[in-house]
Amino acid sequence: MRAEPWRTLRALPTLFRVGVAETLAYRAEFIVWILTTTQPLIMLGLWTSVAREAPFAGYSSNRFVAYFLASLIVRQLTGNWVAWQMGEEIRSGAMAMRLLRPLHPFFVFAAGQAAALPFRSIIALPVAFVLLASSGASVLTTDPMQLVLLVPSVLFAWLIMFALMFAIGALAFFLTRTMALANLYYALFSLFSGYMLPLDLLPPWIRTIAAWLPFRFMISVPIEILTRSHDRAELAAMLGGQAAWTVGAMAIALVVWRAGIRRFEAVGG
Amino acid sequence: MTRYLRLFAVQARTSISAAMAYRANFFIEGAITLIWTAVTLLPLVVVFGQRQTVAGWDEPQALIVVGYFLGVRAVLEGTISPSLSDLVMRIRDGSFDYILLKPADAQAMVSTASYAPWRIFDLLGALALIGYAFVQRGAPPAPADAALGAVLFGCGVLAAYALWIVCAAASFWVVRMDNLMYLLTAVFDVGRWPIDVFRGAWRVVFTVVIPVAVMTTFPAEALLGRIDLTHTLGTIGGALALLVISRLVWRTAIRNYTSASS
Repeated sequence: MRAEPWRTLRALPTLFRVGVAETLAYRAEFIVWILTTTQPLIMLGLWTSVAREAPFAGYSSNRFVAYFLASLIVRQLTGNWVAWQMGEEIRSGAMAMRLLRPLHPFFVFAAGQAAALPFRSIIALPVAFVLLASSGASVLTTDPMQLVLLVPSVLFAWLIMFALMFAIGALAFFLTRTMALANLYYALFSLFSGYMLPLDLLPPWIRTIAAWLPFRFMISVPIEILTRSHDRAELAAMLGGQAAWTVGAMAIALVVWRAGIRRFEAVGG
Repeated sequence: MTRYLRLFAVQARTSISAAMAYRANFFIEGAITLIWTAVTLLPLVVVFGQRQTVAGWDEPQALIVVGYFLGVRAVLEGTISPSLSDLVMRIRDGSFDYILLKPADAQAMVSTASYAPWRIFDLLGALALIGYAFVQRGAPPAPADAALGAVLFGCGVLAAYALWIVCAAASFWVVRMDNLMYLLTAVFDVGRWPIDVFRGAWRVVFTVVIPVAVMTTFPAEALLGRIDLTHTLGTIGGALALLVISRLVWRTAIRNYTSASS
């Protein structure tokens, strides 16, 4: 079970290819997954009609357009379905096969999900063009520094999201019904990440909680970098927070996995 | 007919006793429901914190729509959703064949296979919310409006059921379609807002193509006593039409079914 860094690295291109092939094989399923992340479009319709008569709490119609289109792009790029996939494999026993391989499943699953990124970009790119052509373009940042930092920011968001979903997936070792838990997670995520509505519209006490939770770093931070101007200190704080939660989320994922694996062996053997 | 009622009763009994075996789970689900309801209400609270009305709906009226949304969702996720995820699994592992062999209608068997009794919490929450909205309005609904509101609630549930069946039928063709349920849930989420909030293409899509408005907005308007005859008939007719369509799709799907085991 020891995953040596070199061996893992060497296996990555192959894992990636397998992932691409799998995504292509389950096209219909993939498209359905993509469609489930269109909630920002619904929110866009809602909030722009709210802001039609007058700006809502400082948000003009344009800002809502920019916010939710950016949200759709970030969500498309950072989404994954690893919790669901792991739950299935643990229940059906297919997970045992993965344990036989000399690679840590964290990397195998990560490579599989990363392989979907090119396909996710196919969806995200047109949205980006729509964003640039829409009325929302006027509120986007033009600072080259922020545009560059957007790349690591989305990358961190992807890693936090993946690690937390991996942890939830690994909970299937302990619980029979992880989907209830995944639903709870999704409720908290929708609220505290800024996915449902921009965080600065929320009551102050919820914003305070959100500042300490990982969710903000998965959706809101990349959007804020894209749609607002920040000084250097703010940017450093945002990316620093993302980096810290990336480490934290991975630690959580690996701890839950290790604890779960012991149980799985006990049951299976 | 009585045979089917007896069948449903048996299926309900086994499924509920199975669910009650995990009592902790029952209460965890109840707690999750509370949190979800709070999250669902938050955008509404935010909007009405700043505005008196949105698209002609004031806060108590919008709360009634949310109440209907939670109610329809409670019935769906308490009865139909678990049954259909069960179906998707059976199609994949081939045990659906046994259902087809039974001397009862497969759709009836499949739709009632499994229940999630803890959804009763959702239903109670929905009723409490509607009650609260009417307290805020200061007057209870007129008896006739309440009756029509209840009838249209039934229509909303039937329309949603029909959509779910169509999606389940899709899993006959594309086996790995479990996540279609997630898609439906995501789309149905629109129903928590009065349809008038959406404009242009959105409104057309959610009234005609995926008639979410039929499931929540129109019944809520009936309960508020401000629905006109066209919308009443549209809701009832729409629900019935969807049921017929779903039945046809289901039968076509069954005809094309080739077992996973063969």
